[in-house]
Amino acid sequence: MYWSSWDAFWAMGGHAFFVWMSFGALFLALAVELVLLRVRRIRALGDIEEERELEAEN
Amino acid sequence: MNWFYFSSPSTFYGLAGRLAPWFFALAAVTAVWGLYLGLLVAPTDAQQGEVYRVIFIHVPTAWMSMFLYFVMACYCGLTLVFNTRLSAMMARAIAPTGALFTAVALWTGSFWGKPTWGTYWVWDARLTSELVLLFLYFGFIALSNAFEDPRRGDRAAALLAIIGVVNLPIIYFSVQWWNTLHQGSSVSFKGTSMHVTMLTGMLVMSFSAWFYAAGAALVRVRSIILERERRAQWVRELKEG
Amino acid sequence: MKPRTKRAVAIVGGLAALGVAAALVLNAFQSNLVFFFTPTQVAKNEVPKDRTFRMGGLVEPGSLVRQKDALTVNFKITDGAQSIPVVYTGILPDLFKEGKGVVAQGKVHGDGIFKASEVLAKHDENYMPPEAAEALKQAGHPMAKENFAGQGQSGAKPR
Repeated sequence: MYWSSWDAFWAMGGHAFFVWMSFGALFLALAVELVLLRVRRIRALGDIEEERELEAEN
Repeated sequence: MNWFYFSSPSTFYGLAGRLAPWFFALAAVTAVWGLYLGLLVAPTDAQQGEVYRVIFIHVPTAWMSMFLYFVMACYCGLTLVFNTRLSAMMARAIAPTGALFTAVALWTGSFWGKPTWGTYWVWDARLTSELVLLFLYFGFIALSNAFEDPRRGDRAAALLAIIGVVNLPIIYFSVQWWNTLHQGSSVSFKGTSMHVTMLTGMLVMSFSAWFYAAGAALVRVRSIILERERRAQWVRELKEG
Repeated sequence: MKPRTKRAVAIVGGLAALGVAAALVLNAFQSNLVFFFTPTQVAKNEVPKDRTFRMGGLVEPGSLVRQKDALTVNFKITDGAQSIPVVYTGILPDLFKEGKGVVAQGKVHGDGIFKASEVLAKHDENYMPPEAAEALKQAGHPMAKENFAGQGQSGAKPR
């Protein structure tokens, strides 16, 4: 372990803003992508269900 | 073994579904390990101080932005040569994740550049060519969706992706070919100029990025397969609806 | 959105993205590939006249003088062969140090002094803890390349 305290860790030697803006953006971007992947799958499955129902009606 | 077995969307759909969770699990494990090394264990840098720790996400995302483009272009080559459906779907599945990594590489580079170089952005050859990569991804995504017939979109976008490959060596060698503000490569085929813990952390994070990208592309390709094969018999017979 | 509108948007979007990419490439080839000039080029007058340009090199050790207003600094940028005096008023980046890489934007005035409007630090691609850097210094290698597994270039030196 390199840090002497958690405060020192979060402060990142005075460059907290730049370091955490970088790491934060990455994790936010990944979270958004995972949500979008989920939404797309649910939508695709829903479309198939619709198609089936249409077929059943005819 | 039949090499074309998994090149049919219906069989690949199942395979991708079985593989994706493993890739995500590996990505999570390597991310925890890499972040532990990079943020908690690695020593500070003599020149830059703590802000250099951005390297643990900047370099992996930047590498992955180029690698994913290369893989995407390979699938595009298969699409144009063999006219295979699945290769085109894989290219479409990779593009958004590639664009995301490119954007993150630019973003993190910018927030690293401000405290070290003194600026968020300069138009040097490395930064500009990486920005061009982002627009190539955007162009690929837009072009592939620009046609009524998805197969035409596949081919048009494939052509664009293959032409865009020219940009990859430009990005990689820009720091050697021209005067740039961006420093040279710390890791090359010849060796490295990095302390060993720093290097290990960066490589572990790169594997994590690779695993994540593979998982995301496989999940996305499953949705693409469902969208494109909606009327196929095997899709209708899928159990879970 | 109707399919037709969607298609139009996609085509326009695709063309716009390609256009931007092409414009960036052309712009880069036109002027920005030479991101900076070296002091030798400046001394030989191989630089653009009547417009600002960037000059890159190392801050010559011992040349840095801070004026009384604490914001104006004088220093020299050197590439080993030539060194050009620079004056700059403003905030310097953290990594600005004597003996380290620097890229300054500005213009050479009649008195031969390069008046900089922006000063950026250019660091090298070596990453190591302070103890290791200190050990290298002690051994007489100021971050010398020979200590590493043979990375081709020095980032600090203009090429």
